[in-house]
Order: sequence, then structure tokens, then C-alpha cells
Amino acid sequence: MRRTLFESFTRRPFTEKLAAPADPEIARMAAELDVKARRRLGRGLSLRLVDAGSCNACELELNALSNPYYDLERFGLRFVASPRHADVLLVTGPVTKNMREALLRTYDAMPAPKWVVAVGDCAACGGLYAGSYACERGAAAVLPVDLRIAGCPPSPTQLLEGLLALVAS
Amino acid sequence: MTARDPSLPDPFDRLNGRIVAEHRPWPRIEVQTDAWAKAADRLSRGALTLLGLWGESHVVHMAVADTNDPSLILVLSLTCPEGRYPSVGRVHPPAIRLERAVADLFALVPVGPPDMRPWLDHGKWGVHAPLAAQQNDAQPAEEYGFLPVDGEDIHQLPVGPVHAGIIEPGHFRISADGETVVRLEERLGYTHKGVEALLQGADLQRAARLASRCSGDSTVAYGLAFAHAVEAALGWSPPTRAVRLRALMAELERLANHLGDVGAICNDGGFAIMLAHCSVLRESVLRQAAACFGHRLMMDRVVPGGVTTDLDAAGSARIVGLTGDIRRRFQRLIDLYDKTASLQDRTVGTGVLKPALAAQFGAGGYIGRASGRLCDARRWPGYAPYDELEFEIPVLQEGDVNARLWIRVREVEQSIRLIEQILVTLPDGPIRTENAIDPANPPAEGMAIVEGFRGDILAWVRIDAAGRIERCHLRDPSWFQWPLLEAAIEGNIVADFPICNKSFNCSYSGHDL
Ligand code: SF4
Repeated sequence: MRRTLFESFTRRPFTEKLAAPADPEIARMAAELDVKARRRLGRGLSLRLVDAGSCNACELELNALSNPYYDLERFGLRFVASPRHADVLLVTGPVTKNMREALLRTYDAMPAPKWVVAVGDCAACGGLYAGSYACERGAAAVLPVDLRIAGCPPSPTQLLEGLLALVAS
Repeated sequence: MTARDPSLPDPFDRLNGRIVAEHRPWPRIEVQTDAWAKAADRLSRGALTLLGLWGESHVVHMAVADTNDPSLILVLSLTCPEGRYPSVGRVHPPAIRLERAVADLFALVPVGPPDMRPWLDHGKWGVHAPLAAQQNDAQPAEEYGFLPVDGEDIHQLPVGPVHAGIIEPGHFRISADGETVVRLEERLGYTHKGVEALLQGADLQRAARLASRCSGDSTVAYGLAFAHAVEAALGWSPPTRAVRLRALMAELERLANHLGDVGAICNDGGFAIMLAHCSVLRESVLRQAAACFGHRLMMDRVVPGGVTTDLDAAGSARIVGLTGDIRRRFQRLIDLYDKTASLQDRTVGTGVLKPALAAQFGAGGYIGRASGRLCDARRWPGYAPYDELEFEIPVLQEGDVNARLWIRVREVEQSIRLIEQILVTLPDGPIRTENAIDPANPPAEGMAIVEGFRGDILAWVRIDAAGRIERCHLRDPSWFQWPLLEAAIEGNIVADFPICNKSFNCSYSGHDL
């Protein structure tokens, strides 16, 4: 235990600078993040995820955002347990009919102003499941979507870029 | 366990029926109700183990294995023109939820089961029994009746479907007496996407994509199970290099998931440093997977006929570096776990699953193996290339959170061993066979069982003459694990539910389909 902890002092941190995004627009937005996030939201942006029928791979990559490489919280973004504390609702999955009500109730429980981000191809448009008797066609079929992050699943880097873009918008 | 003892009675004795010629590699027989009931009886006595039970319009199928030699597998099919069949769940509880799902999707009703409540159908689809022979209008949704709990001072905690963390949706009804859980009742089906209906009529390419997304954490294993079933049906044999690359990806997937789970279980025990370090290791696996195969989770890399992405010399070198690194760093973390008494205080003796229950349900994966079940689909029934590779199958008897964690640790070591063997023996050659589908072919059926990180995945397909999916069923290992969580949590304190749940780590999406 002591050795592992001690090593943390001597070793370079795992956390990486977010590589200059391929899109210069996103780089500019990221630079503005600090100013805007503070002005609009105080100290940061709180995220609440609802899995509305994903295959669970989108969750794996969202979880990866909290690992030491990406360390989401350094950007002022953090996942919260209660929708009452959340500014942003992240939706994954095509929105199954069985999850529709729970998703809406979570959204209703969030205080305004609030944003909705559709994470992954399923939430963005229904993905492979579009047209199923058991699914809606993605998050936009039931909620006002502010941002779509494409990918199946989107990588943690794509997720970070997307979320930073939201703050800057 | 490898060869059956001839002194034991043959559990397939007098299970007679008409053999379906186009079904491979194991036999499928069309039976009458007496043979069906006989099989149910042998399941209940433990001579047979249930592998799956699924529907089709007017037909129910049930796959069973000899408990003493799980390489001996038989599929029984019962035609039920009246839409009714003798319940297996009546005598063998592991079949109950499968039968409820078949009733929801196909309107095939088991006669005499202990539980007739809908399971996947929450009354929201706008249609009843969407896969039944005739379309049925939706029935008005009734309030779901949870099991009653009597007793003084019992209180109930409803949890979900939306949970606090980044996890999948499901509902848990916990009845507690003070701190102690007296009953957990699960309600699932929230992520039901209608995958089996979407598969019907799909071409092989689309079907493979759908199959690979049944449970995203097991995407390689599902891709493999589907590919094996299709290849069995059509008589395709993928090139040797592809077979090896598939195993390489499957072991990388197992490695990534087990590393993530070990960290997450310790985190639920309040020991966050393990999560941080294990998630670094997990991330390093995913990054190498992306560098070598072009996708962090290796989705859509395994397809019928072979694999889509080859591994070059630089890729091999990357993976050698990765396994060396994990071997070194993981050992340190395991020592840390082993020496932290306060953490083990949370895991030892918590959430005990009795071996008898694990055996009755035929629970696979770390759940079965932590409760005394020597099982692993890589060996029983077994498939290439594992017959040519050396690996051990860890088994423990305790059945607690600690045992499920240690099984994962040992499997990380075995996966590294397998990866290293695969890399040194990787033959040159093509990675995919392009087989034309002969339109003159009659429908062909294939079945496969593949070991995902969570346990055995069953895939069953029937392919029509045009090479499209006529019917495909995919059975996640979680079907036989979720019910056991209800048993394992009993008598534990409410606060230990998350750590027990994490140690099971069942799939919601794979179960709900
Ligand atoms: S977008 Fe892809 S990874 Fe995400 S839930 Fe849908 S199928 Fe799964």
C-alpha cells in the first residue's frame, strides 16, 4: 500500500493533455471553457446519465472518462447521482419503450436550465434498432436534444470533445 | 468430467424424436410431449443441465446438456399448435424466466408454471407477443405484481430502473428487516430492444452487427458465438489465422473486463485506489486493441467466415508489451488486495452463492466457478483453437464476493498466458473465407456455445435458402445468473447490495435483448 501510494508522488501522472482536437473549432471552444462555464454555471457542469436501452458499450466508454487518463473532473465536468443536481442529461441507447417513462421522469426532475446530449448512434437516431416495435428512434423522439455525439460507441476522446463543445455553445 | 462414466444412467435415454437433418453440430429432435416432460424431469433431478429455452411461432425449443459430460448436447423441439406446452419451470426453476419471455414474445403459454407474470413485456410496446404467428393487439398494461412480503417491521426499498451510477437500468425491490435483506426481487426487461424480431429476415452482415451488440461488454464473444453458429449451419470453416486472431481478441476482451471488474468491486468496498489503478490497466488494453484492430472494444471484428482486421508485426509487438506490463503491475495490485484486511472484511463471506444452486442453474463464468462448478465453454463443449492451447480453469468453493474476485484474478493470469501462446503460434495466411451462399440450399441450422468473460453464450440460427436469417436466438449467461443474485443477497445487509451486484456483474442488455 505504502509503495503504491509513494509511487504516485514520484511517477508522472497518467492524466493526458487532451490532444489538440482534430477540429480547430473544438480547440477554440475548449479554451473558452473556463470562462464560460464559470459565468453560466458557477463552478462546473453536472452530468446525469440515463441508459435508455443501450447495449452497455456506451456506458463503458462514459465510465472510462473518469479513469486517470481522461480525468473528466479537471474540466469541471462531473457525474452526479441525482437528476436534481444535474445540468446535463446524457442519454444512451435508442430509448426503449420500456425506458421511455423513466427517462422522461428523470428529465422532469432536473432543474432548468438543462441540456440533453444524445450519446452514441443509438441515442442520436435509433441506430440499428430504428423501426423496432420496442424502441423509439433515439432521444430526440422524446426529448429536446441539444447535442449529438456520434459513434458506436463514441471513444472517450470523442465524448470529451463533444461535452466541451456543449459548454462553449 | 471429460469423459462420461459408463456406470451412470444415460440422461438422454428414451428421449426419442424425429432427427432434424439440417441442424449442426449437435442433434435436434422433434419430440412429443412425453419426451419433453421426461427431459424436464431429468433437468429437475440434475441429470441434465438447461442451456436454453426459446420460442418460434408454434414451436418451443430447449437445449440441454449431460450434467456429467457437458460436451453432450441435445436440442428438443415441441410443436404446440394450440399455443400451449408443458411447463419446464414447474419442476425446474431455472426455466421460469425463459418461459415468461417466450410467452411475452410468442404467445406460447407454459401449462402449470409457478409464475405467469409477464417478464419482458411491460405493456408499452403497443402490440402483444410481437413474434407470434398472428399479430395480437396490445393487452391493457396491468400493474406489475411484486411478490408479497409479510412480517412485522419489514420495509421495502424500490431501486431503479434509473440508478445512481453509470450503469444499466433494472428495478430491484429490496425487502429488509432493519439492515438485513429478507428478499430481493428483480424486475428486468427495461432495455428490451426487440433484437430477435430485428434479426428475422436480416442478411448475415446486419445480423452479425446486431448480434455483436447484444451486450456491448461481450461484443467479441457475441460476434464469435454468432459466427460459429452460422459457420456450423453453412459448413464454412474459417482460416486458421482467423481462428487464432478471434481467440486473441476474445482473451483481450476477457482481460479488459476482468480488470475493470476487479477495480469496480474494490471500489464498491470503499477502496478507490484499486479502481484507479485497475482502470489504468483496462484502458491500456483498450488502447492497444484500438491500435491493433481499429476499435477499442473490437466491435464487428469477428464475422461469419473469419475476421475483418489483420494483425501486423507491430501489433504483435504491442500486445507482447501490453501483457508483460499487466503481468508486472497487476501482481502488485493483487498483493495490495490480499494484504488489506479492511477491504477483505467487505468481501469475505459476503453474498454467498451455494454450490448446489449454482449447479442447479448451470451458472457459468466466474459466478459458477466461484461456487464449485467446473465449467468453461472453451473446454466443454470446446472449440478451436483452445484444444491446442494450455490454460487452467480456476474453481473455488466459497461462492462469496471474495471468491468471485479471485476467479477473475486467476483468469486474468490465464488470459495473458493464452495471449502469449497465440502470438507465438500465429500462422500466416488469409483471415477470411468468402463463401458464396448457394441459393439451391435448403434452410440450414447451426448452434454454438462460446465462453464470454461473463460465462457461456448460446447462439442458435436458422438460415433460409436466400442466406438470410429466418430465426436467431441468443442466450446471455446472465439468464442463469440474475436469479442467483436474489438468493446470494438474502441475509446480507442492504449496504452490501452494490458490492454483491458488482461481483455478479450480470448483463441487462444481454438478458433483455
Ligand atoms: S451506439 Fe453502439 S455502443 Fe452505443 S448503445 Fe448503441 S449499439 Fe451500443
